[in-house]
Amino acid sequence: MILNEELLAVQRGEQGEAMRKVLNTLVMYGEAFGADRMVKITGRMGHAVIGTGSMTWKPVFDLMEELVEGGALPRQSFTTDPRGVEPHVPMSFADRAMFKILFSNQKRMEKEWERMGIKDQNAYTCTCYMEEVGNIPEYGDILGWAESSAVSYANSVIGARCNRNSGILELMSNILGYVPEFGLLTDEGRRADWIVEVRCEKLPEPQLLGSAIGFKCVEDVPFIKGLDKWLGTELTQTVKDYLKDMGAAAASNGSVGLYHVENITPEAVKHALPEGNSLIKEDAKVFIVDDAEIARVKAGYPNPWEELKKASGAPSLAFAGCPHFSCEQLRDWTDRLAAGLEKHGNKRVTMNTIFCAAPDVSAAFAQKYPDEAAKLMEMGVTVSGLCPLSYTSNPLTDKIRIITASNKLRYYSKARFFSEKELVEIITGGWSEKWDTAGTAAEAPEEAIEGRC
Amino acid sequence: MIRKYKGRVVVPGDVIAEALVTHAGFNTLANLKTAGSFLNPKGVLQDMNNLELYGKKMPGKILCLPETIGSTTGGMVLYCASVMGVGPACMLFSKKADTLAVAGAVLTANWSKHPIVLVDDLGDDFLAEVKEGQRIHVKEDGTVLVECEGIFEAAP
Repeated sequence: MILNEELLAVQRGEQGEAMRKVLNTLVMYGEAFGADRMVKITGRMGHAVIGTGSMTWKPVFDLMEELVEGGALPRQSFTTDPRGVEPHVPMSFADRAMFKILFSNQKRMEKEWERMGIKDQNAYTCTCYMEEVGNIPEYGDILGWAESSAVSYANSVIGARCNRNSGILELMSNILGYVPEFGLLTDEGRRADWIVEVRCEKLPEPQLLGSAIGFKCVEDVPFIKGLDKWLGTELTQTVKDYLKDMGAAAASNGSVGLYHVENITPEAVKHALPEGNSLIKEDAKVFIVDDAEIARVKAGYPNPWEELKKASGAPSLAFAGCPHFSCEQLRDWTDRLAAGLEKHGNKRVTMNTIFCAAPDVSAAFAQKYPDEAAKLMEMGVTVSGLCPLSYTSNPLTDKIRIITASNKLRYYSKARFFSEKELVEIITGGWSEKWDTAGTAAEAPEEAIEGRC
Repeated sequence: MIRKYKGRVVVPGDVIAEALVTHAGFNTLANLKTAGSFLNPKGVLQDMNNLELYGKKMPGKILCLPETIGSTTGGMVLYCASVMGVGPACMLFSKKADTLAVAGAVLTANWSKHPIVLVDDLGDDFLAEVKEGQRIHVKEDGTVLVECEGIFEAAP
């Protein structure tokens, strides 16, 4: 790899041993992908994936300390992923005690982040690109971010350029101010390997469509056709939210770091112009998603409750907002719950229900929609900035039945997946036997089981 | 019988260990999120979506796989697993390794005393032929010897 004068000085150790090791790490990383130069990060802020002070991540915090002590500090401010738990979330004494042990490095981690220049105390969210949070890159910006859903959003919806960097490497990129140029940073790396044709009868739920795409395309770049029929061609907040959830599912169920949506996402729009470059590879494969495919994917999810003493029965905890909700999603889900409760003649949700959103987004929601925020509280819903993935790393939560409409949470925990519509129905109307086999392999047709991804 | 393959070296090393094989993407976070802690001190793999590996122990083994998938904590989790002594000794990829796996191996090579050896681009035949429990010898130059019968010393 050819280094410029600034980086050659770092390599000679002129900025200390820690910086030299940071550079060597990033060079070795880049060379593995054929990068022949480092390019400057142009984004205004960084984003890191470490927000929970998990005891198992002690080596990471030791490394962070080593970097700080060695004078290797980020060049710009940054946001980071959510905390694992918040004090106002209802939980048992045993849960609280277990979290204290599991997240015993939280204070240490937050202290290191402060020393490194984190944006502020509210900077803990996976949706840093929300307007209220303010870490929004520009089209074409070079980033060194981590967090699969944020990388996917920045690449696809915003048109910034970022590889799927790992935790720690995103920090080192921010420290050096450079990233190796390869993959999704290059024009060629952003061309689509797949054409995904959505031929459903109605708009599929984003978390299910994303899951189907993730399973099929894995790490490739898909060009998705057919969504503009329902979503239109403008990147409204509703459309951004749909893409956020779809992208997160594709990134966690596979490892899709970039997708294009015909007539909607910026590079796809540019590609359609007469002067636009071709965004689809000549040998791109075709994947058709219809209602049967969506049903097949959903039916293929394992039932995580089979490990519990009783595989069926009423859940006691529901999560929505993974990735974190936008302000408009909080309002929309409040309306959905209100309608559901009215239908079932209930006043409060039937189980402990947590909606997750960035602290700045929750504050904006309370300010912008005070009636809905009050209604949500009255219905018994807790709004929190926690990360449900981290929250469910508590083994005590493995012993209870959790439901979610998040495909990312489904993948990383023993939470059972239901569609958004089903989730609202269960939260507001309560559990009944029909849900025991709903949407699972047990009720899927034989060919669907055979064809599962 | 010894089968011989040649791959591209990302992190070099000489390792002899038992194979652990997955034909689906390896979700590092889903598999290792509590590995090395008092909850899972033996590094038992936990991804319920990957039944080839679910419930098996990984420490010290040679993980044979097509790619890693999922959360961008992946490299960081591999680094932690390595430092805590519950990581794989080596990762052998049939395809080109992905950014998260390379990040993990590169982090261990630069910042840990126990680097994870990583060789990739071994080809689809490698993953089709290698079986769980077989002994594998990975050499510094990316040569991979899989013991089907007999011993490594008999290899050409």
